[in-house]
Amino acid sequence: MSDEDDLILSELDDGELTEQMMDDLYDGLKEEIEEGVTILLDRKWTPYDILTKALVPGMAIVGDDFRDGILFVPEVLRAAQAMKGGMAILKPLLVETGAPKMGKMVIGTVKGDIHDIGKNLVAMMMEGAGFEIIDLGINTEAENYIGTAEREGADIIGMSALLTTTMPYMKTVIESLSEKGLRDKYIVLCGGAPLNEEFGRAIGADAYCDDAAIAVETAKKLVHARHNQL
Amino acid sequence: MTDALTKLLETRDWLMADGATGTTLFNMGLSSGDAPELWNVDKPENIEKLYQGAVDAGSDIFLTNSFGGTASRLKLHGAEDRVFELNKAAAEIGRKVADAAGRPVIVAGSMGPTGEIMEPMGPLSYERAVEMFYEQAKGLKAGGADIAWIETISSPDEYRAAAEGAAKAELPWIGTMSFDTAGRTMMGVTSTELSNMVEKLPTPPIAYGANCGVGSSDLLRTVLGFSAQGHDRPIIAKGNAGIPRYVDGHIHYDGTPELMAEYAVMARDAGARIIGGCCGTTPEHLKAMKEALETRPRGPRPTLEEIAEKLGGFSSASDGTDDKGPAKRERSGRRRR
Repeated sequence: MSDEDDLILSELDDGELTEQMMDDLYDGLKEEIEEGVTILLDRKWTPYDILTKALVPGMAIVGDDFRDGILFVPEVLRAAQAMKGGMAILKPLLVETGAPKMGKMVIGTVKGDIHDIGKNLVAMMMEGAGFEIIDLGINTEAENYIGTAEREGADIIGMSALLTTTMPYMKTVIESLSEKGLRDKYIVLCGGAPLNEEFGRAIGADAYCDDAAIAVETAKKLVHARHNQL
Repeated sequence: MTDALTKLLETRDWLMADGATGTTLFNMGLSSGDAPELWNVDKPENIEKLYQGAVDAGSDIFLTNSFGGTASRLKLHGAEDRVFELNKAAAEIGRKVADAAGRPVIVAGSMGPTGEIMEPMGPLSYERAVEMFYEQAKGLKAGGADIAWIETISSPDEYRAAAEGAAKAELPWIGTMSFDTAGRTMMGVTSTELSNMVEKLPTPPIAYGANCGVGSSDLLRTVLGFSAQGHDRPIIAKGNAGIPRYVDGHIHYDGTPELMAEYAVMARDAGARIIGGCCGTTPEHLKAMKEALETRPRGPRPTLEEIAEKLGGFSSASDGTDDKGPAKRERSGRRRR
């Protein structure tokens, strides 16, 4: 790379810097993102503005290109790592400053399933969009989903599966919710490679989400609709 | 010594592999979330029935019930210290069924992905992955598997690691990837890339190909991508019987036996030499596929239009092997000092 291509982040104005940060997220450059976040904090940006005006729009582009078959999992994971770096700085500050919360989501890969790439992407994108995430990891039993949601006062339960042998377990979780009379208390979202919209409907989920970006959109929409009902 | 699969391929134009394992075991009462591999020891009669179903339907190759038989997958069920035992049992039942078939039938030791992401993106090192696959391959070999059947892989590194594990156990191998994301694997591998990658491996596979993924149309597009590379290595097509739907409390795949028969013939015409089904493919589907392969004359290489017309449309406009796919974003290319 020639010298004239070199760039000093701190010399960019706010507009150029946020543009550059979106590029850097896209390219999965963690250190650059951390530096950008720090610079914006020094310039007295609120943590919430950094999150919603620099990081979230950047990840939205990553999400769109993933959906459109331009980026694949390795690139998205790299972007997620960079985002994580920025979030690690912002998270404690967001709590301190009482930034607005979109809602709370309990998320996990279902029992018998170890595949957590998609689940992690959703968790990260949701967090980026302002949701509080409680990640139950892999191999999640119905009692764990429901118990945690109850204890934490969650709005959303999110389930992921990659295998056709584990996806029916989502139905078990929803049935368990119904038995306890809790089904209507939560927005239930499901996702995973072998699933489709029809499957989501058949098992009684509120929505099937085709990818992480759609999960965020759907969650926002359903949480909003729910608030309007109350 | 020539392995059993290579020998069979020398005498036959095409071979038929088997259908679904998971779908079939669910129909026998396996609960969602439980490890199918435990049945190799706990309910061997069911596993025998699974294999027998494929053999009776005319399969020349069947896969053992060991897809999730690596330590990382068995760990979920507290069975990570039973890798050798469970894989050996899976192959032993298979050996018994194959030897009683009265014709040559290949016992293919299934090896699925570890479920973990490899370094540097994830925690799994290449060495650890090789070690886990080696452990599994040793069990499969001890139980009498003819070959290792590496399947549903998405990452090139994991494909190489599984191959190395099989080779280390001195088990000849084949390897298929799952092309389920806009015609590529989840990790972005195209059909062309896999085709060229296998030719460069230190211990190349007997055959390579695609399994699972989205629908049979997508799978055939992938096969066309392989055969267009012009390598002599046999190609495997193992597609799902349609799309999963949830009907009356269980997963049902919407592909009919007639559709899978159509798929089988087109897979052969597209250049595949080993043809089978994946999720949702029952013995009934296999019988229809075998009959079609035996009775319908070989046709010209199908076009994408013909595939879409007969089997349905594709999940994405491009599979990354032409220039018609969505373009990468322009990057500023500027970097900080």
